[in-house]
Amino acid sequence: MLTLRNVSKTYPSAQGPVHVLRGIDLDLPAGQTLALTGESGSGKSTLLHLAAALDAADGGEIVVAGQSLVGMGDSARAQLRRERIGLVFQQFNLVPSLKVRENLAFQARIAGRHDPAWVESLTQKLGLSKLVDRYPEQLSGGQQQRVAIGRTLACRPNLILADEPTGNLDEETSDAVLKLCLDLVEQTGSAFLMVTHSPRLAGLLGRRIHLSAGRLA
Amino acid sequence: MKRHLWTLAVLLSHWRRRPFQLMTLVIGLAVATALWSGVQALNVQARQSYDQAARLIGGDAFASLRPTNGTNFEQALYVTLRRAGWDVSPVIEGDVRIADRSIRIVGIDPVTLPQGAGPITRDALDDGPETADGSGESRAVRLLTAPSLALGDAETVAALGGVDTRPTLGNGGQLPPLVVATSLPPETLVTDVGVAQALLDQPGRLSRLILTAAPETRSQSLADLTGGALERVEPDDQGDLERLTDSFHLNLTAFGFLSFLVGLFIVHGAIGLAFEQRRPMLRTMRACGVSARALTAVMLLELTTISALAGIIGTVAGYVIASALLPDVAASLRGLYGARVAGELSLQPSWWLAGVAISVIGALVAAGSSLYRAWRLPLFATAQPEAWAGAEARARRWQLAAAVFLAAIAIGVLLQASGLVAGFVLMGSVLLAAALLLPSALVGLLAIAQRLVRGPVAQWFFADARQQSGGLSLALMALLLALAVNIGVGTMVDSFRQTFTGWLDQRLAAELYVGARDPARAADIADWLETRNDVDAVLPVWDAETRYRGFPVEVFGFSNHPTYSDHWPLLASLPDAWSEAEAGRAVLISEQLARRFALAPGDPIDIAAPGGDWDGTVAAIYSDYGNPRGQVMIAVDELVARFPHAERGNFAVRVAPEAVDTVMDDLTAAFGAGTVEVVDQRTIKDISQRIFDRTFAVTLALNTLTLIVAGIALLASLLTLADARLPQLAPLWALGLTRRRLAAMELIKAATLALLTALLAIPLGLAVAWILTNVINVEAFGWQLPVYAFPEQWLRLIVLALITAIAAAAWPALSLRRMPPTKLLKVFADER
Ligand SMILES: Nc1ncnc2c1ncn2[C@@H]1O[C@H](COP(=O)(O)OP(=O)(O)O)[C@@H](O)[C@H]1O
Ligand SMILES: [Mg+2]
Repeated sequence: MLTLRNVSKTYPSAQGPVHVLRGIDLDLPAGQTLALTGESGSGKSTLLHLAAALDAADGGEIVVAGQSLVGMGDSARAQLRRERIGLVFQQFNLVPSLKVRENLAFQARIAGRHDPAWVESLTQKLGLSKLVDRYPEQLSGGQQQRVAIGRTLACRPNLILADEPTGNLDEETSDAVLKLCLDLVEQTGSAFLMVTHSPRLAGLLGRRIHLSAGRLA
Repeated sequence: MKRHLWTLAVLLSHWRRRPFQLMTLVIGLAVATALWSGVQALNVQARQSYDQAARLIGGDAFASLRPTNGTNFEQALYVTLRRAGWDVSPVIEGDVRIADRSIRIVGIDPVTLPQGAGPITRDALDDGPETADGSGESRAVRLLTAPSLALGDAETVAALGGVDTRPTLGNGGQLPPLVVATSLPPETLVTDVGVAQALLDQPGRLSRLILTAAPETRSQSLADLTGGALERVEPDDQGDLERLTDSFHLNLTAFGFLSFLVGLFIVHGAIGLAFEQRRPMLRTMRACGVSARALTAVMLLELTTISALAGIIGTVAGYVIASALLPDVAASLRGLYGARVAGELSLQPSWWLAGVAISVIGALVAAGSSLYRAWRLPLFATAQPEAWAGAEARARRWQLAAAVFLAAIAIGVLLQASGLVAGFVLMGSVLLAAALLLPSALVGLLAIAQRLVRGPVAQWFFADARQQSGGLSLALMALLLALAVNIGVGTMVDSFRQTFTGWLDQRLAAELYVGARDPARAADIADWLETRNDVDAVLPVWDAETRYRGFPVEVFGFSNHPTYSDHWPLLASLPDAWSEAEAGRAVLISEQLARRFALAPGDPIDIAAPGGDWDGTVAAIYSDYGNPRGQVMIAVDELVARFPHAERGNFAVRVAPEAVDTVMDDLTAAFGAGTVEVVDQRTIKDISQRIFDRTFAVTLALNTLTLIVAGIALLASLLTLADARLPQLAPLWALGLTRRRLAAMELIKAATLALLTALLAIPLGLAVAWILTNVINVEAFGWQLPVYAFPEQWLRLIVLALITAIAAAAWPALSLRRMPPTKLLKVFADER
């Protein structure tokens, strides 16, 4: 579902170019889960942004759901994100002016594949039924992240990319939210790539890779 | 498509949570549109009336023969021309008073009037036989048969008593029955030429001839036939009125535009703030698969929809404003230019469309930078977020650079360019430059204050005020502009009032002004006055019209008397100006004429006159405020010799002050109110002051509205910032400051910022006043004024600014006082 071949990324900086990624090779087939660990500043988020078609690599090739990202324009990338990819962020990134119910449905609606029954069952499974009429600011961090996960799953993406999704949550909540998430991912058959600091959480996923000095180990 | 609608719905959800912000945006746009389109409505309405007046009797389609000296001529000339084969039709025009209204009477000859000569034939005379009495005769026939008809537009006919009534004139004459005709200018009645001559006391005289065709073979030239009395004037779609009133309308437009700009500042602020607050939302949408193009397009759609709605509200409000101001505008146009403007608005659909369009265009301009930033929005927050202070400082550097650039333009215009447009460019660049400098100036002043005070709370107060000034800067800029323009216009108007009052005292030195309603009795009246012991002098105020290099000029005859040499408001003169003028070797000219043709004392001048052109020198220049025409003062004997048809009915009479009332009563008793009109000095001054006040009523009204707009801007900005203020205040509350004390400090801070802005507005306002009086008025009206300072006016505005700021800050401060501790605590919870 996600393939990286010899991917590199360099940022310019005042002290000269910073080679964040130097030739990354990665395969993530459908239905598999993968944890990506690494020091802070090692380039985990950079890799995730490249895979999510949010940014373009300087070298190598990235293929998502059979489509190569090389040379792809903004509209096509947006379409790919809409239809194939789900993103979960550390800061939840909910739309503050939409109620929980609207936040859950929002990406699926933009993708044109809103399925009310599926959203309803997600809402129940994520334990959000009583909260649907609240605004994000009226929720706790764990509740907000569950909404973000629900929003992502609502459009049944082929590839889910999560950047330290539990980074803002306490240990207990983290475990609960992640387990719930993995259950649902299994049901949808998506590929799941999660960046995390925690070896404990990484252990809950199918496979684990480590990023260091711009290379995978 | 559906996708875009969903995107739009998500964008719009922002306003649901922040109704005040939406209100600010809509109010800003609506007010800007209202002021702009209101002013446009006034201009359109006035021009419509000028056009009708110009088109009346073919002014725009047919050439005409007009008297070279500007006064009515003998009907015999008309007969001569027709005998010589000229296809001409006679017209007489003049003003009469009917029940305290001045009405223009136009006399025509329906028999010779050419087809298609203005609305008269097309719409009025050919209206067919549907006459009020059902006699079946066409209006053309009824015009010719006694008692004839008087055609007027619906408004005028209704105001004079309605169809078929026959109102009585001030001079005792009686109008023919009134009939409504379409397409006539306001306050104008059209009737048969013979009837009009009688009504106007001008028997056997004509104002001009409409020329349909000159004879193919001309045995004699026009000049030979008429002895040089008539000249041919080509059709003109822009009448004198339009030309004379141009600067009045330009002034109005400029103030409308200024108000519009102040409104756009608010809009820019509201849109920028909304963009900043929606940045995370936009980013999320992009991450969820909305392309940059789609997002920008939807934002454009959102903005267009909101601004079109605001535009509709604004245009309706503009209509209301224009209706309210129209009577004053019409009155000042009449007072200043003798122009007749309809008292009711009748606007084309295009005006409504333009109102909505200007709102949309204004919003797009104000949103330009925000839209661009949305288009280029980075998809993920950068690892090192920009320091807030750094971004602010950079913005200030840009503002400084732009201010310097604008100041350079202002200096360039001041040194190099001239003309009214250059004057407004100068004013615009000075105002904008000052507005852009304001944030830097405030930050500098507050930094100095912070260094001067002791105690952590006081220091925090100034540091925080400095930080807050960034978020408020657009509202404060709007306040600065509104205050400065208010001070500038207020200073100009009050300086003018002071100058004008002094000038009236000089110009109106005589105790009584007497006019003969019946010109034939003028000499009798003068003789009667001369014989009285309590009358010191009877001075003729006789005048004629001519043109100087195409510019309309009044020639005014004066006689040798200290009333003139002691009082007349001379601006510049030769040493022996009065004696030279009395001897007929020189003239005195008005400031307008001098400026227009760059004439100075000692320059030669020639004046066209039917009784032989007059050559001499300019002896002096005097101020003649409020007169759109040029004026020349000439010895009365010269006037009589050169202008045989000069108006000779008016006199200024010097009377012992205690005898004024007796002389007035005796005069009226001796001749009757129908023959003589007598006004004392006080009354004339009152009338002049009233005209003066009405002239500036519109400007002052626009000013006040602009100030209200700035107040709304400040209120809205403080309201939208109130939420963002919490993180700054919560720590202080946690440290032990009471909510009441915090609220008080918020109030004082808003007042401090407003006070500093108001203080900075004073020098800027004086600069505006200087530009208005020394550049714009000189270009627009042809006269210059001294500028006086009116500190009590500044004080009033400062207090007003403080009240506005305190009122605007009161709501957020109150809600802070009442805020439950849990909400303040949440600030900390969010900072995990
Ligand atoms: N937009 C950018 N411009 C310059 N340098 C960047 C940018 N984004 C990230 N970096 C740098 O790239 C490196 C990797 O960053 P990131 O991928 O965010 O690391 P991680 O997520 O593993 O903590 C860091 O040194 C960071 O400073
Ligand atoms: Mg990271």
